[in-house]
Amino acid sequence: MKKVILRIEHLKKSFGNKEVIKNFDLDVYEGEFLTLLGSSGCGKTTILRAIAGLDSVSDGHIYIDGKDVTMLDPKYREVNTIFQNYALFPLMTVEENIGFGLKMKKVNKQEIKKRVQEMLELVHLQGYEKRKPKELSGGEQQRVSIARGLINNPKVLLLDEPLSALDQKLRKSMQLELKQLQKKLGITFIYVTHSQDEALTMSDRIVLLKDGVIQQVDTPVKIYEHPNSLYTAQFLGDSNLFQGIVTRVEDNYTWVKVDDATLKIVSHGWCVGDALNILLRPENIKIILKEKKENTLQGTIVDRVYDGASTNLTIRVNKKKINVMYLGNDKLYSRGQSVYITWDIEDTIVLKREAYE
Amino acid sequence: MNSKKLWKFFFICPVIIYVSLLIALPLIYILLISFFQSDYYGGMISTFTIQNYIDVFDQVYISVFLKSIFIAGITTFICILISYPFVLAISHKKPRTQKILMTLVMVPFLTNSLIRMYGWLVLLRKSGVINQVLMGLGVIQEPLSLMYNMIGIIIGMVYTLLPFMILPLYSSVSTVDPYLLEASSDLGASKMKTFFKIIVPQTLPGLFNGSLMVFTPALGYFFIVDILGGGKMMILGNLIKNQFLTARNWPFGAAISIVLVLITSLVIIAYRKLGGKMEDLGGA
Repeated sequence: MKKVILRIEHLKKSFGNKEVIKNFDLDVYEGEFLTLLGSSGCGKTTILRAIAGLDSVSDGHIYIDGKDVTMLDPKYREVNTIFQNYALFPLMTVEENIGFGLKMKKVNKQEIKKRVQEMLELVHLQGYEKRKPKELSGGEQQRVSIARGLINNPKVLLLDEPLSALDQKLRKSMQLELKQLQKKLGITFIYVTHSQDEALTMSDRIVLLKDGVIQQVDTPVKIYEHPNSLYTAQFLGDSNLFQGIVTRVEDNYTWVKVDDATLKIVSHGWCVGDALNILLRPENIKIILKEKKENTLQGTIVDRVYDGASTNLTIRVNKKKINVMYLGNDKLYSRGQSVYITWDIEDTIVLKREAYE
Repeated sequence: MNSKKLWKFFFICPVIIYVSLLIALPLIYILLISFFQSDYYGGMISTFTIQNYIDVFDQVYISVFLKSIFIAGITTFICILISYPFVLAISHKKPRTQKILMTLVMVPFLTNSLIRMYGWLVLLRKSGVINQVLMGLGVIQEPLSLMYNMIGIIIGMVYTLLPFMILPLYSSVSTVDPYLLEASSDLGASKMKTFFKIIVPQTLPGLFNGSLMVFTPALGYFFIVDILGGGKMMILGNLIKNQFLTARNWPFGAAISIVLVLITSLVIIAYRKLGGKMEDLGGA
C-alpha cells in the first residue's frame, strides 16, 4: 500500500453564491504524477490554489503528510506552486529567483549556491545564473520556475497549466522532460491542465472534473479505454456514439438495436429493453470492402483529412456521420466511395444510458 | 525637412515655446542676477560678484537649509508610510472601486490650498475640534499644541502633498503582478519579507518619483509654514520669498533659489547613479 501524501476531505469552495467545488475527496499517493483534468471553469485551479493555501476553503480539510494544513498560511505548507505565467521575480537574477525559497528559510549562502547549481544542472540551465527573467525564452523561464519550486524539496509540487504558454513543439518536449524529472526526483506532482493530450501523456492517474465534481479517477489507459460515463468518454479522445435498446441477450453476447442495424456486444449483465450508449473510438474502426457477418455497417466516404501521421475519414452511415482514423496516408479510399466499416467486439465501449441523456 | 517632420515640429512647438519662455528664460534670468550686486534701494547693479553665494553659507542660512531639508524629509517619510498601505489596499480592489477611491484622493485639489490651510486652523487650534474631542473623551487633560510649531507644519505639508506620493506609487504598485506576491508567499516569505523583497524593489521608481514630488515642494511651500507655523518658522520658501518681496534683495534671493535647484538636481543625479531610469519617472 502506497503512502498517502495529500488527503483532501469534503472540500467545498464557494465564490459568492456560486459553489465551485462540491464535496471533493481525493487521496494522492507519494511519488505519483496526478493530473486534475477538466474544461475551463471546472474548478481544477481552485483545488490547486486551496492545496497551496493561496485561497481559503469554504469547508473541508486538507492534510499534507498527515498534518491538517487547512488553516495554514502558504509559507508553512510543504508544497510549492508552478504558476501558469511562471511568476518569476523580474528584478532578480535566475540564481536569486531559484534561491529565494532557501533564502527565506535562512539557509547559509554557500549551501544556497550549491543547491542552486544542482538545480540549474537538473533543468539544463548552467551558465544562466546572472541573467534576468526577461532575457530568457518562455521555455527557459518555465525551467527556472520549476527549479525555484523544486529546490525547496516540497512534499508535493503543484503545477498550474505550466506549459500552456509554450508552442506545440516545446510543449511536447517539456512534457517528457517534466515526466522524467518527476520520476528521477520521486516528488509527487499535481498537475492541472485542460489538455487531455497532456493528461494522457504524463499522468500516473487522471482526475477528471466537471463542475467541481469528480467524474472519474483512473490511470490514463483505464480512463481512456473504460470510461465510466459518456462525459468521460467524450472528453478524452474522439468517439462515435450509437444509442440503442437491448433486444436479445445470451450468455456471452448481447444484441442491441441501433437505428436500422443491430450491433453485437459482449454481455455484461444487460437485460432486454435496457437503453445503452455504444461508443467506438475512430482508431478502432476498420474499413473493409466486403461485408462481414456481424457488426458491419455500410456507408459512403464524405470527407477525408490528412494530417501527416494519420488520415481521418468521415463516413456517412444512414444519417449518421462516423469518424474513422487510420495511420499513414493510404490512397485506397476516396470521397464518394462506398465502403463497409467494422470493429473488434472488445473495442466497443458500452455505457448504460441515463434517463437525462 | 520633409512634411512629416514639419508636422511633428508644428505640434511640438507649443511645448517648446512654453518651456523656453516660462521655465528656461526665468531660470537663466535668476542665474544671471544671482551674480549681481544689490543696492540699498532694492535695485540691482550689474557687476559680477559671487558674494551672494558666499552669504548663502552663512550659519543662519545654513540652519534654514537644514531645517527645511529636515521638514521636507519628515514629510516625505510620513507620506511614504501613509501611501504604501493605502495603495496596496486599493490595488486589491475591483477596477471600478480603484477608480472611485483614486478619484477621492484628488478631490481636495478642487479647493484652493490656502483655504484648506485655514480649515486646518479650525481643526488644530487649542479650542479646535481635535482637542475638544480628545478632551471630551478624556484622552488628554490639557489641549495639545498642534499648530504654530513643527507638528502643525508637518501636518499641513503631509496633508497637502500626500496625493503627489499616492499617485505615482499607485501607478507603480498596479504594475506588480499579483502572482508574484503569491509566488513569494508560496516560497515561504512572510508578508513583511514579500513587501521588502518584492514590492519595494519593483515600486522603487514610483517611490522615488513620489518622494521627489513631495520633497521638492515641501522645501518651498511657505504659505503652510506661515499659516500653521504662525510665522515663527523660516524655511527656504519663506526665505526666498522674503528676499524678493520684503528685503528686496533679488540677487541674494536668486542665489538661494539656484542652490535649491542644485540640491534637487543632486537628488536626481544620485537616483540615476544608483541605476534608476529617467523613463520610469516620467510614467506617473
